[in-house]
Amino acid sequence: MTLTNKSPASPSTLTRRGSSAVGDRVFSWWTLGTGLLVLAVLGLILITTVREAWPALDAMGLRFLTERTWDPNPATGDAVFGALSFAYGTAISSLIALLFAVPISIGIALFLTELAPRRLRAPAVTVIDLLAAVPSVVFGLWGILVVAPALVPVYQWCHDVLGGVPVLGNLFGPVVSGRNYMTAGLILAIMVTPIITSITREVFSTVPRADKDAALALGATRWEMIRGAVFPHSFGGVVGAVMLGLGRAMGETIAVALVIGGSTNITANLFAPGNSMAAVIVQQFGESTGTFTAALIGLGVVLFAMTVLINVLAQTVVRRAEARMKGSVA
Amino acid sequence: MTVTAAPATRPTADRPDLTRAALSGRRRFTNRLATAAIWGAVLLAVVPLALVTYTVVSKGAGVMSPSFLTEDIPNSYRRVGGGMAPAIIGTLLITGAAALMAIPLGVFGAIYLNEYGKQRPLARLIRLMADVMTGVPSIVMGLFIYIAWVRLVGQFTGFAGALALACLMLPVVIRSSEEMLRLVPEELRQASMALGARKWKTTLTVVLPAAISGITSGSLLAVARAAGETAPIIIVTGIAFSPNWNLFDGSNTALPAQIFRNASTSFPAAQDRAWGAALTLIVIVLGFTIIARFISSRFAIKER
Repeated sequence: MTLTNKSPASPSTLTRRGSSAVGDRVFSWWTLGTGLLVLAVLGLILITTVREAWPALDAMGLRFLTERTWDPNPATGDAVFGALSFAYGTAISSLIALLFAVPISIGIALFLTELAPRRLRAPAVTVIDLLAAVPSVVFGLWGILVVAPALVPVYQWCHDVLGGVPVLGNLFGPVVSGRNYMTAGLILAIMVTPIITSITREVFSTVPRADKDAALALGATRWEMIRGAVFPHSFGGVVGAVMLGLGRAMGETIAVALVIGGSTNITANLFAPGNSMAAVIVQQFGESTGTFTAALIGLGVVLFAMTVLINVLAQTVVRRAEARMKGSVA
Repeated sequence: MTVTAAPATRPTADRPDLTRAALSGRRRFTNRLATAAIWGAVLLAVVPLALVTYTVVSKGAGVMSPSFLTEDIPNSYRRVGGGMAPAIIGTLLITGAAALMAIPLGVFGAIYLNEYGKQRPLARLIRLMADVMTGVPSIVMGLFIYIAWVRLVGQFTGFAGALALACLMLPVVIRSSEEMLRLVPEELRQASMALGARKWKTTLTVVLPAAISGITSGSLLAVARAAGETAPIIIVTGIAFSPNWNLFDGSNTALPAQIFRNASTSFPAAQDRAWGAALTLIVIVLGFTIIARFISSRFAIKER
């Protein structure tokens, strides 16, 4: 680039050095700075939260992750901060969410890419977009005031029918209230469906036309074509999408805080109230001081580390799958 | 290619039957089952959306009135009546301030990624990290701003909430803006360069205007998402019962925080207010979303 602005008013030579050469450099540095802001914020989050959480992490050591007691204000002795039962709640509610959301999301994505009549495609996309647009607190409000009470008889029925089955019966224990792991998982499932659907759909849409036509030409039914051509081709991308959904489910705070019941325990009973890491922070932050606050921030650190890890993995998987798919199209 | 085989050598009875009727019962059944399951999945997604919308509209409409939109929040959950004005004002101010911070910064970040960084290692890292940052739970962002800002200034403020929302919006704005900048035809840049414009001038006066509709709609969607964020607001803005127009001094409140607090109580009056606030919030969020969709469908750059 050797031209500079050549206005009639000041006829100048066409050299690299113009009056606005500085402008170019300033502008490129400025945009770089805003780009680096992302890295700066992520770095600052890590540094500041770890530093603030240190008193609690230092006092508890590894027991912070392995201890199931969470007692900020004991009658005697030191406060105990063990995150295990909250980590358990996060894991169980997220797993329930994925259990429901993954098949449904894959179904919707298949509908949009393979099955939908042209005039139904746009409305179906709108439904998913709207589902993503509803704020999580509204799902929480609906969950605690409508869904939880309405599901109690259903849970009771499950307990009556399946409660006696050995091993499996442990999952369907006595119902205390509608606010439990199961309700939290169901609400989470609604909230992660849009994100899993949108990525899965993108992945499915990159399956080469030729592969699908070939399967159909060999006499495969539509389902056999999906199983034989679409699924193998997009497996990696779908795994990435599920992981992104998992990351979202683990970090979701408000809806879970409202419907999970808010008690510190570890039980196989899906109909028992529990708590999750994110939910505990928002429930207890207001009344915490000192080490208690530090322990809650410590929960945030663990949550941050886990979601960043899952997201990096998921992005890498999705990117690799995308690169491979582009290669196979060519 | 002409078919020359005589009918005599290939009797119809031996010809493979390629009609649907020839499928084995099991294969036909599996196919039907899968098709039904896929339709079922779509219906399962529609049901909760319909139920949520119906409940919020029917319960919220019962509470909605001019006084609900203009009165202060009662300072006791038990009390009947009152309104949500402070929370509506708070939501608009906090989200607006967050948008003012995050959108310009995000757009410049996108300009770096698409016009300068391209496929360099640093740009790829920033791109990956922006995607990762999108997945950082909002509660963690709330804790971060609590430590980095609320502790620093010594009080809960609306501005702290705006900072947290801005951090949540930033990566979304960067990534959606970058997608839009990528759609701008290379010829526009070359034409501008050929006329002697500097790169910064080309970017600001040619590339950016060409992509502005897409950037606007992407940013509005980010704003809509941020307006519904609850956890960081609860952690960093405190509580207010009357309107606070000053973002930099004193506690504030927002609709999502009010929904959360009122929904957690067992008082019918508070729950009614929560439904009313939810309806108001959904109308605001949906408003942003519809405007964004309108802009993107009306003024979008056509892909080449």
